[in-house]
Amino acid sequence: MNSQATVTPIIEMRNIRKHYGPVIALAGVSIKIYPGECHCLLGDNGAGKSTFIKAMSGVVKPTQGDIFVNGEQKFFNNPRDAMQAGIATVHQHLAMIPLMSVSRNFFLGNEPTKKIAGIQFYDRKHADSKTMEAMSKMGINLRGPDQAVGTLSGGERQTVAISRAVHFGARVLILDEPTSALGVRQTSNVLATIDKVRNEGVAVVFITHNVRHALAVGDRFTVLNRGQTHGTAMRGDITPEDLQNLMAGGQELATLEGSLGGTV
Amino acid sequence: MNKSSAPFLCKDYRVNLMNNKLSIPDERVKEMSTFRNSLIRPELGGIIGTIVVFIIFIILASDSGMFSSQGVLNWSIVSAQFMIIAVGACLLMIAGEFDLSVGSMIGFAGMLIAIFGVTFGWPMWMAILLTFAICIAIGALNGFICIRTGLPSFIVTLAFLFILRGFTIFLPQTIERKTIIGGIREAAEGDWLGAVFGEKLFMGFFQYLGDLGIISVFSRGTRAGEPVVNGIPMLIVWALILVAFGHILLTKTRFGNWIFASGGDAEAARNSGVPVNKVKILMFMFTAFCATVFATCQVMEFGSAGADRGLLKEFEAIIAVVIGGALLTGGYGSVIGAALGALIFGVVQQGLFFAGVESSLFRVFLGLILLGAVILNTYIRRLITGER
Repeated sequence: MNSQATVTPIIEMRNIRKHYGPVIALAGVSIKIYPGECHCLLGDNGAGKSTFIKAMSGVVKPTQGDIFVNGEQKFFNNPRDAMQAGIATVHQHLAMIPLMSVSRNFFLGNEPTKKIAGIQFYDRKHADSKTMEAMSKMGINLRGPDQAVGTLSGGERQTVAISRAVHFGARVLILDEPTSALGVRQTSNVLATIDKVRNEGVAVVFITHNVRHALAVGDRFTVLNRGQTHGTAMRGDITPEDLQNLMAGGQELATLEGSLGGTV
Repeated sequence: MNKSSAPFLCKDYRVNLMNNKLSIPDERVKEMSTFRNSLIRPELGGIIGTIVVFIIFIILASDSGMFSSQGVLNWSIVSAQFMIIAVGACLLMIAGEFDLSVGSMIGFAGMLIAIFGVTFGWPMWMAILLTFAICIAIGALNGFICIRTGLPSFIVTLAFLFILRGFTIFLPQTIERKTIIGGIREAAEGDWLGAVFGEKLFMGFFQYLGDLGIISVFSRGTRAGEPVVNGIPMLIVWALILVAFGHILLTKTRFGNWIFASGGDAEAARNSGVPVNKVKILMFMFTAFCATVFATCQVMEFGSAGADRGLLKEFEAIIAVVIGGALLTGGYGSVIGAALGALIFGVVQQGLFFAGVESSLFRVFLGLILLGAVILNTYIRRLITGER
C-alpha cells in the first residue's frame, strides 16, 4: 500500500509561500504528486488554490519555497518553463477558441508542417487524422475534424483540451475546476477522461470545491484552507463528511447540512 | 489500499464512470449530406451575392456595353482596387483588429511617391521603396500602440486617419504650394519598379486578339488599329496575387492558424503559445502594405498624386470584407469571401452607371447589399460554428 513512498514524486512543492503585498495568500504549503495518480486539491473560495496552481504552472513566482520535478529543483520564470518540464494547465474557459475547428484548436501552437517547394505549409491531413484519432480515443464523436469547437458541449471542450495537453507530452496535468460549470452528464464525461489520462501514467492535479467530484476519481486529497494545508489524505482514509468540514473550516457548515439533507 | 471497502459516498458513481460508453453517436445531431457540408462555408454569402449581382446586371445592362471587353475591364479595375485593400483589411479583421487609416494611408503614400520622385527628383524605384518602408513602419506603429496601450484599434487608427490626412495636405502645400503633384508618369518612364505597378501585361496577346477581331479596335484617331483593351493592368495582377497570397497564408500555413486564434480569443491563443502581439502587428503592417500597393498603382495610372485620394476607402474595404463573410469582432472570415465582396462592390458601382441608374441610388443599393449580406452571413456562420 505504501509503494508510493519509494517512488520519486513527479512534482514536489515544498513549503510554498506567496505574499501579495500585505496579504499572505499561501503560508507554507507542501504537496507531493506521483505519476498516475489523481491528486485532488480542495478548498473553498479564497483558500489559495488558484495561487498554488499558478506557482506550480509558472504563472507566479512563489515568495519562498522550492519546486522539485522528478527530484530535481526547478525555478519557473514563466509558464513556458513549466510547460517544458511537462506541466500543463487546462483552464476552464481559456482553453479553446470556439470559432475554430477542433483540429485547428487541437494543434494550435504546435501545428504540424510539411514542406512544399521549400515553403512550410500547415499539414492539414496529418492534423485532421491525428485529431480524429485522439478524439475517438477519448470517446468524442466528431462530425468531422473541421467541426467548430463552438458546437461541442462544455464537457467535450474540456476533454479536447485535456487530450491535447496529454498528446503534446504533459506529464502533470493541472485541471482548474474543470467541472464547476458542467451538468451531471458532462461532468461524468470529464471525470471519465481524467480516469483515462491517469491510467496512461499522467499525474492529474484536480482542483475543485465539489467533494463528490473529488471522491469519484481522486486517489489522494489535499485540502487548502486560508493559505494552509491540513495535510494529504489517502483514498479511503477520509470520509466525505470530513472532507467537507475541512474545506469549510468546520462549524458553519454543520448546521447547514442538516437542513439540506447532507447533499451539498 | 482496498478500494472496494472504502466508505464511499460516490462508489456507485465511480462504477458508472467505468462502464460509461461514450462512443454512442449523439442522437440529437442530424446527419448532414456532404453536399450541404461542402456548401456551408464562410464564402457562401459572397458566392450567392456575386451570382445575384451578375444576374441582375445581365438583365439590366447587357445592352449597355457593360460586358464588352472595355466594360469588363472597367469594372474589373474598380473591383481590383477594392480587392487590394480588402485583402489587408480582411486578414487584420480576422486577427481581431481594425485599420481606419487605410484611406488616409493611400493618400499619404501617393503623396510621398510624388514628393520623392517628382519634387526631389529621385529615381522612381527609390521613391517607391522608401514610401513602402515608411508606410509599413507607420502600420507597425499603429499595431504597436494598440498592443502596448490595450486601446481598441478603432480609436488608435482613427487618430492616424486624421494625422496622415493632415500630412497629406500639409506636405505638398508647404513644399509645392499646391495639393496635387503631377508629372509622375514622366518621372517613372523606363523605371523598372514603376513598371511593376503601372505597366500592362500581355499587350501582344491583346493586339493579336484585336487583329483577329475578337475584341474591338479603335477605328479612328492616333490609336487606330490598336485594341480598345490593350493589356491587363498591373493593378489587376496585384489584386490577384494578393488574394492568392492572403488565401494561402490564412488557410494553408501555421501562421494562418495563429491569425484566426489571435482574433478568436487572444488570451486562449497566448495560453497555447501563439505570439499574438507579433501576429497582430504583422497584420497591421500587411494592411499598410496593401494600402501602399493601391496608392502606387493609382499614382502610376493617374500620373499625379492628390491630397484627397483614398477618401473613405477604409470603409469600402471593411464593407467588402464584411460582405465576404468575416466577423467584425475577429476570429472568422475568408480572403476569397472578401475578394468576392470587392467584386460585388465594383460590379454594383460600375453596373449602375452602365445601366443608367441615377448615381445617388448607388448608396441605397450598397446599403441594401450590406444589410442582406450580413444577415445571410450571420446565418451561415451560426450553422458552421454552433454559435447561439
